[in-house]
Amino acid sequence: MSAVIEAHDHHDHKPTGIGRWLFSTNHKDIGTMYLWFSFIMFFIGGAMALVIRAELFQPGLQFVEPEFFNQMTTLHGLIMVFGVIMPGFVGLANWMVPMMIGAPDMALPRMNNWSFWLLPGAFGILIASLVMSMMGMGSAPNFGWTFYAPLSTTYGPDSTDYFIFSVHMMGLSSIMGAINIIATIMNLRAPGMTYMKMPIFVWTWFITAYLLIAVMPVLAGVVTMMLTDRNFGTSFFDAAGGGDPVLFQHIFWFFGHPEVYIMILPAFGVISQIVPTFARKKIFGYSSMVYATASIAFLSFIVWAHHMFTTGMPVEAELFFMYATMLIAIPTGVKVFNWVSTMWRGSMTFETPMLFAIAFIFLFTIGGFTGLMMCITPADFQYHDTYFIVAHFHYVLATGAAFSIMAAVYFWLPKWTGNMYDETLGKIHFWLTTISANVLFFPMHFVGLAGMPRRIPDYSLQFAEFNQMASVGAFIFGFSQLIFLYVVIKCIRGGEKATEQVWEGADGLEWTLPSPPPFHSFTTPPQVK
Amino acid sequence: MSSSNNQDVYFIPEPSKWPVVGTIALTTSVIGAVNTIHSGELSLLLPVGLLLIAYLFFGWFGAVIKESMDNCYNEQVDRSFRIGMLWFIFSEVMFFAAFFGALFYARIIVMGWLGGSSNNAMTHELLWPAFDAVWPILTNPDNVKYVAPAEKMGAWGLPAINTAVLLASSVTVTIAHHALRAGHRKPLIMWLAITVALGIGFLFLQVEEYAHAYSEMGLTLDSGIYGSTFFILTGFHGFHVTMGTLMLFIMLVRAIKDHFTPEKHFAFEAVAWYWHFVDVVWLGLFIFVYWL
Amino acid sequence: MRAAIRVASLLSLIFTSGQALAGYQMNLSPGVTTFSQGAYEIHTLVLWICVVIGTVVFGAMIYSIITHRKSKGAVAATFDDNTTIEIVWTVVPFIILIAMAIPATRVLLAMEDVSNSDMSIKITGYQWKWHYDYNVGEKAEDISFFSNISTPDARSLATSMNVVKDENYLLDVDNRMVVPVNKKVRLLFTSSDVIHAWWVPAFGVKKDTIPGFINESWINVPEPGVYRGKCAELCGTNHGFMPVVVEAKSEEDYAAWVASQKTAAADVAASANKTWTKDELMAKGKTAYATNCAACHQANGEGLAGVFPGLKGSAIAIGDIARHIDVVIHGVSGTAMAAYAGQMNDVDLAAVITYERNAWGNNAGDMVQPSDIKAAR
Ligand code: HEA
Ligand code: HEA
Ligand code: HEC
Ligand code: CUA
Ligand SMILES: [Cu+2]
Repeated sequence: MSAVIEAHDHHDHKPTGIGRWLFSTNHKDIGTMYLWFSFIMFFIGGAMALVIRAELFQPGLQFVEPEFFNQMTTLHGLIMVFGVIMPGFVGLANWMVPMMIGAPDMALPRMNNWSFWLLPGAFGILIASLVMSMMGMGSAPNFGWTFYAPLSTTYGPDSTDYFIFSVHMMGLSSIMGAINIIATIMNLRAPGMTYMKMPIFVWTWFITAYLLIAVMPVLAGVVTMMLTDRNFGTSFFDAAGGGDPVLFQHIFWFFGHPEVYIMILPAFGVISQIVPTFARKKIFGYSSMVYATASIAFLSFIVWAHHMFTTGMPVEAELFFMYATMLIAIPTGVKVFNWVSTMWRGSMTFETPMLFAIAFIFLFTIGGFTGLMMCITPADFQYHDTYFIVAHFHYVLATGAAFSIMAAVYFWLPKWTGNMYDETLGKIHFWLTTISANVLFFPMHFVGLAGMPRRIPDYSLQFAEFNQMASVGAFIFGFSQLIFLYVVIKCIRGGEKATEQVWEGADGLEWTLPSPPPFHSFTTPPQVK
Repeated sequence: MSSSNNQDVYFIPEPSKWPVVGTIALTTSVIGAVNTIHSGELSLLLPVGLLLIAYLFFGWFGAVIKESMDNCYNEQVDRSFRIGMLWFIFSEVMFFAAFFGALFYARIIVMGWLGGSSNNAMTHELLWPAFDAVWPILTNPDNVKYVAPAEKMGAWGLPAINTAVLLASSVTVTIAHHALRAGHRKPLIMWLAITVALGIGFLFLQVEEYAHAYSEMGLTLDSGIYGSTFFILTGFHGFHVTMGTLMLFIMLVRAIKDHFTPEKHFAFEAVAWYWHFVDVVWLGLFIFVYWL
Repeated sequence: MRAAIRVASLLSLIFTSGQALAGYQMNLSPGVTTFSQGAYEIHTLVLWICVVIGTVVFGAMIYSIITHRKSKGAVAATFDDNTTIEIVWTVVPFIILIAMAIPATRVLLAMEDVSNSDMSIKITGYQWKWHYDYNVGEKAEDISFFSNISTPDARSLATSMNVVKDENYLLDVDNRMVVPVNKKVRLLFTSSDVIHAWWVPAFGVKKDTIPGFINESWINVPEPGVYRGKCAELCGTNHGFMPVVVEAKSEEDYAAWVASQKTAAADVAASANKTWTKDELMAKGKTAYATNCAACHQANGEGLAGVFPGLKGSAIAIGDIARHIDVVIHGVSGTAMAAYAGQMNDVDLAAVITYERNAWGNNAGDMVQPSDIKAAR
């Protein structure tokens, strides 16, 4: 198959102006938009976290009313999950998947652009409700990112209905994005690129895409039931009509648990690209990595109720969900062990991406351990809805998923822009971020175990010290990200030119393209041996 | 557009305004919808948004049809479309799975608990002592807040006829497909037209049934979980039948305009898949909502 | 200016907090019941297993990072799999998991067995207070009461600056739940509005209260004492201000408490029959308002814009008295405004309505007697 690009009349011209972005059908431009969107949302969601941390700096209320605090918690969670991590990974997939499998672009480029542009619409609606709230008109969503009924149905503020539709739009975006990734991977692989030759990042995204298609519609279903319960008199979540508030939780977590793996599997993929590169050694146990990813994805469908141990399920169900959840430690362990074995007897250097990758392995594993502790039902009765949980999920999400995105950006930025980033600043960013992240999140384990519930604007005195520590860490963490922003902008604007291969140990099709790559990645499918 | 059906060429569409139009259309519609729900009177944004959505569909699909007629699509693009459509249908399956899940959970688990089974003996004893755990619920736990229907929607009247109608339409659309593949245009148009008619017939009967449920049986959206699951499942199914019928109708028009060839007619196949999917969902509904 | 004061007070707190608030806790407490101790043991076991595995994994990684670096001249090896070791690190964790699952199962099964209890208490979550009802099951006593946070002012930014920071800040209530020691007390949990979770760490019990359903658990407190906890499920604006306080009393003390509750109930019933003066009503109304209504309508009666209406100058609060009584005792269905008929007695309702009609510059001037409430119920 030899090929030229058929782009109707004008070949290889880059469209210019605002139209280039609005009407794009180019995977790189769309990837770039996703990444910037994610970055902006990171600052917005992070600013909300800083409001939370400021209020929690000491006991007593200092800055915000409890009602507003709840809105901050809710929007922080929603924005970080749906606005930062997910779009961030989709952005990486857009940029990298076609290049890694030797394709010219995504399989369905127009739909790709729609997937992106739905997000500003969805988040515009969500953030508008916060702006209205700050202007004294109604309240923004205030029921936590898990929006349990009946707090979000009978007792939800008016903005809940906007929130519901905004979730519908996010879901539509994710489903179309996932379909696109699946079609691209199934259909546009270069000749010779068999499934078991695909880079691990492509594999993890392939599996993630299936998770997305399977669970985003379920989320759409559950918010639809909320909508009808709120406005059209149905009683899905009301016992008076034969429904059950816990039904909401089952459906939500049937989506929600796979969702957390949606946010970590691509991270595993990123780490699996970076570690071999800087260890100058092939990834250890390629096929077991693939099978482990698939097992995690499979198990993620049968463990959802570990979020619901205190809802009073029958004991048989509690046991089942405990055992099933424990099993996830095994494939995840396989991954961790494989990464360590990849490093073992390698020839390592420690550029910023590698530093973030190593920090990821450490900190994600810590988060995984606390996850394992929480799936032990009788112990979870004590941990549930405390800061111990908050510590757990920030270790896997912030120092896990978010760190992997930072690692990926440093790793691929030279490829994207054609320029090397500023290594010194990168390292400063890394150390500030990693140290402050631990100052921020580690003490949360202690206050959680000591009994501090989550989602509270004020706490009793015995939790004061560790909360202060966390707040200090939070501000350092937050402002360190301005360095990141600066490094990225600086790198886009210029710097030492990057080679095709960029990194000495880099291996794969994306590193055979020039840096920056041509507008249509592979116009001639490369032959993979 | 010269490069006829060239297998060696990647096809990448030109920049397109439709995605952005799509976002504007959806955002406008949903804001309009919420404003309408909240104020109780039609918000102008809603019809504007819906018109934009219609414009979007005509425009976007129009562009695709044009490209297809111009032979821009090679087999690879065709495969991408197929993969896309299949997984889109799968996502729809999961959407219905959420509602079926709610139905099973309500029927099997919640019912039992409200009636005092498993670890919920006290739920029954203290909160709902009068509640009788039989499905369908003809007396809700709180029958003042949610007034239960007088009777169950039987399976063997209209619903059985509707089942026959939908099954028949699945057969007719398959016959049409065979005709298409054999290059017989007349039978294609005839069988497709029959399929559309059956789709419309189904919808007509469904409306009839809803009217009966509302006016005579007291089975409404607010008659408790039975009504809730009944209407959400049949309602979303009905919505899908509507979309499917519309799509079939467009295929009919395109068949009349002679758009399809025996080899290349992906659009037709996609619609046929969708129609079969709608049919299968109906079978699930018929068994679990109406019959058992 | 105000912000500056706050920042200053924050800074001073950093420097003083060390001495002032010594004795913080970093780990789960073993608590006093078999549940909490079971949870503690399994927590400790799993924690140490994780620490050991972590040490091994991180140890290997750190060793590799230190020695296998290019700058030290390390040359990359070429191996990229090893079936034996991969089987080992799949099977060994599996065995470890089984070793954790066995004690976990044992502890859990014991917790879920509510049979053979000596008495029962029904616990109902309300936005944002608890209701305890002893009038259920075996040994039913005709006692029931609400339990509110004892410092309602803490709930709002406007009033919280002067809250006394005592040891039990946010952990104290007006009426404690009381149980006898060494008795198996069955707890029945439900809710009147949203989901709450009743949690006392020292008992190892955390259960969601779900509207329309009843969850069960039990406690058997071995020693007298005061045990504190909090609501552990986001339940709206004042979720952070819903403490739980349980007092375990010896058998005799418990009996005395039961008796005193009954006398108190009789006193309240009697006071509903007398005619109150306006000053008495206003004084009583102020406290009743702070406890029951200020959470939403705020201490200053101004409500929260867009969420809870203000009562200051509200057409209902200065208008037709019958309408006002009706809203308060029957609530507004479909909103957060609950029906207070079942939550407050005639005297408190009369007092609170009188207060609302005459406080914050409201000038209805009239008053409501307990007998009016009785008639309106
Ligand atoms: C990226 C996101 C992510 C990831 C990857 C995980 C991973 C895991 N999570 Fe986490 N979790 C969340 C995000 C995530 N979680 C979030 C957001 C919440 C809160 C939601 C909310 O309520 O708001 C949550 C809550 C949550 C709960 C509910 C707690 C509660 O509310 O009471 C539980 C309970 O079981 C749990 C368990 C686990 C487990 C067992 C894993 C496992 O996958 C971890 C597996 C990894 C390891 C175990 C480490 C590596 C393994 C080895 C080195 C092998 C050897 C180890 C042993 C044999 C011990 N998580
Ligand atoms: C990927 C996910 C992710 C990430 C990265 C984070 C990042 C952070 N989170 Fe978040 N968090 C969640 C996901 C995440 N969180 C979720 C799901 C919840 C649960 C919500 C719920 O309970 O419903 C939660 C809840 C949560 C809580 C508990 C709230 C509560 O229970 O009441 C806290 C408290 O400290 C917190 C803190 C932080 C902090 C300090 C950061 C820091 O890492 C943030 C770093 C800050 C920045 C990056 C900001 C940079 C900004 C500036 C430098 C200022 C300039 C500003 C502008 C120009 C606008 N988070
Ligand atoms: C959980 C929050 C909450 C609490 C606690 C609460 N209210 Fe309300 N109240 C509301 C809401 C919300 C409304 C508005 C209802 C509506 O939409 O009509 C309201 C309305 C009212 C009104 C009508 C005001 C108007 O102008 O419409 C009065 C009077 C009132 N409440 C009195 C009380 C009293 C007295 C108490 C305490 C005994 C109380 N409320 C406790 C939430 C609360
Ligand atoms: Cu009640 Cu939280
Ligand atoms: Cu989970």
